[in-house]
Amino acid sequence: MEYITMAHGAGGKSSHELMEKVILPELSNPLLDKLHDGAIFAVNKGKMAFTTDSYVVRPRFFPGGNIGKLAVCGTVNDLAMSGAVPKYLSLGAVIEEGFPISELKEILHSIRMAADEAGIAIVTGDTKVVDKGAADGIFINTAGVGEVIEGTDISPLNIKPGMKVIVSGYIGDHAATVLGARHGLSLPDTIKSDCAPLCHLTKAMLDVCPEIAVLRDPTRGGVAATLNELAEQSGTGIILDEEAIPVRDEVAGVCDILGFDPLYLANEGKLLAIVPSDKAEEIVEVMHTIKYGENACIIGRVTSEGAGQVGMETAIGGIRLVDMPMGNLVPRIC
Amino acid sequence: MNTSDKKKTKELAQNLISEITRLSKIAMKENGGRPLRFMEVCGTHTVAIFRGGIRQLLPDSVELVSGPGCPVCVTHDDYMDKAIAYAQRDDVIVTTFGDMLKVPGSKSSLSNEKTKGADIRIVYSPLDSIEIAKENPDKKVIFLAVGFETTAPTAAATVLAAKQQNVNNLFMLSAHKLVPPVLNLLLSDEKTKVDGFILPGHVCVVTGTEEFDFLADKFHLPGVVTGFEPLEILRSLYRLCYQVANKEAKIENEYGSVVKPEGNPQAKAIMSRVYRKSDTSWRGMGEIPLSGLKMQDEFKEYDIENVLPLSLENAKIKKTACRCGEVLQGLIKPMECPLFGKACIPEHAIGPCMVSVEGTCAAWYKYGGGKFVFGK
Repeated sequence: MEYITMAHGAGGKSSHELMEKVILPELSNPLLDKLHDGAIFAVNKGKMAFTTDSYVVRPRFFPGGNIGKLAVCGTVNDLAMSGAVPKYLSLGAVIEEGFPISELKEILHSIRMAADEAGIAIVTGDTKVVDKGAADGIFINTAGVGEVIEGTDISPLNIKPGMKVIVSGYIGDHAATVLGARHGLSLPDTIKSDCAPLCHLTKAMLDVCPEIAVLRDPTRGGVAATLNELAEQSGTGIILDEEAIPVRDEVAGVCDILGFDPLYLANEGKLLAIVPSDKAEEIVEVMHTIKYGENACIIGRVTSEGAGQVGMETAIGGIRLVDMPMGNLVPRIC
Repeated sequence: MNTSDKKKTKELAQNLISEITRLSKIAMKENGGRPLRFMEVCGTHTVAIFRGGIRQLLPDSVELVSGPGCPVCVTHDDYMDKAIAYAQRDDVIVTTFGDMLKVPGSKSSLSNEKTKGADIRIVYSPLDSIEIAKENPDKKVIFLAVGFETTAPTAAATVLAAKQQNVNNLFMLSAHKLVPPVLNLLLSDEKTKVDGFILPGHVCVVTGTEEFDFLADKFHLPGVVTGFEPLEILRSLYRLCYQVANKEAKIENEYGSVVKPEGNPQAKAIMSRVYRKSDTSWRGMGEIPLSGLKMQDEFKEYDIENVLPLSLENAKIKKTACRCGEVLQGLIKPMECPLFGKACIPEHAIGPCMVSVEGTCAAWYKYGGGKFVFGK
């Protein structure tokens, strides 16, 4: 077995072989190993969170990750941002005929590593093979369920004037890396995708402050799109402090060359939190002690003025609008 | 930036703003109560002014208007039609800066042609076109040479490099434009009401400040050459207010680290070796004498219009309510155009000022189009 063939998707001997020799060796766990039509597991009382996302990134491998790691982290993070502890994940793959099995193995290995780090199990899955040319290598869909942490209520409607905006670290790393790879820019080794599961970070934050109004991972459209959505949904204004927003010099450099603004670049391992003002410092301190939260800081505040708009306080004390991103700035980045 | 630097920057800005306020109010009294009106010529300044939130800090006695300094915006329909006609040929690869793709011609745009299969490639420097030409010896590679004195020297250097390396399949579709002649024309129109200019830093690196002396000598207007940091722009506004309040008219250089009075002689020499001045058409303003660059006869084998002349029937330019021409001349603000923010938005631009990120309309639109409630 060197390449994926149409037979691998036909449900017969080849499909079985792909499962036994390629997929199970990486993803094995008691629930998946049963190979039932569905996974059956017990639930605790309380609320569940459920989410899904599809992944079509190009290039499939980039510094700091690949489409497999992205597919796990993306869905894990969507659960984490709902205030849930991720528990189980499904994995569906649409694979183009002729896809190298060695590359598939590498992707599956990354999936396993990311799942282990996040503390979730992949309990059900599906593989489809399509004719050469009908897909670009591999497309992955994951769906996940998680248990919502008791006492939390994540909703934009809870955003109130006076609250603080926190970011968990440097913004734009993921998109700058992928764009750099796509445009053939030689980037320094220090810049790589930030793709990471954030569920341990959100758990620690919610333990300190269950009253956190909103958690969001600023993926497509970046910090600008996420905050614009939140301002609109909550009917408040948000003012950012230009000098406080953490951007690596290398990312700023890529943006200069390609004409992008880091505020609009996708992240895959960062979160934004809107939190009560009196708890903001404490939350940031706790974040500093958790992996992926080391560079967390407060970057802005919620106002009653400017409902639905995001503004940026500039270095000289002026204010400018941070608008919703327009059109397809950077296609297929996550 | 650490906290004390941050404080210092804000303090400096505050001081400049209070001086701008004081001086502009004095000047305003003397000219019958009309706010002082300064034009930033360059599109990069337009964007920097928005990004710095400078308008929100200025008093009512100072108004900023944008000038004709976005290369994409002033590119004529005819030029786009020619570029599109060349791009449609199977034996042609067009290379261009990215923001030309969406500029509307009379019937289509390069972006449309690219979707239909034309080979159009985005380059970050005209010099990249040489490699593309070498890799595709059976194709004619045509670089869309637009822009002001800032881009003309690199385009000229590309022609010289192609000649030196015997690359015979690289050509220019040349429509470079010069800044001083268009300012001269603007000021000769009595509709133009401007009290001074923020002069384009990058252009002046090449031209020097001397080419702008006519603003002071002929029109008795001050001009300040400056960089693109918010504090630099505030300082240039302070100097302009100072001059107006004191009835002075001088060209000052606040960007002395990179701009010399005589400019960059080497860049100028390359330019005049490859190009000569000629009349050229500006979108919305018509033909302006000696405001463009044509290739010298010595290099005519690199001029695609000479090598492969087109016989385009005179395209009928669609009449729309677009007022880009007046926006480019600083006669109206973008919001005064009936299409602004309605039929004409960046995703669907009718006029070229909405296409480029440095276009006046696009910048106004991106930064709130006058509807930004945090500030003015």
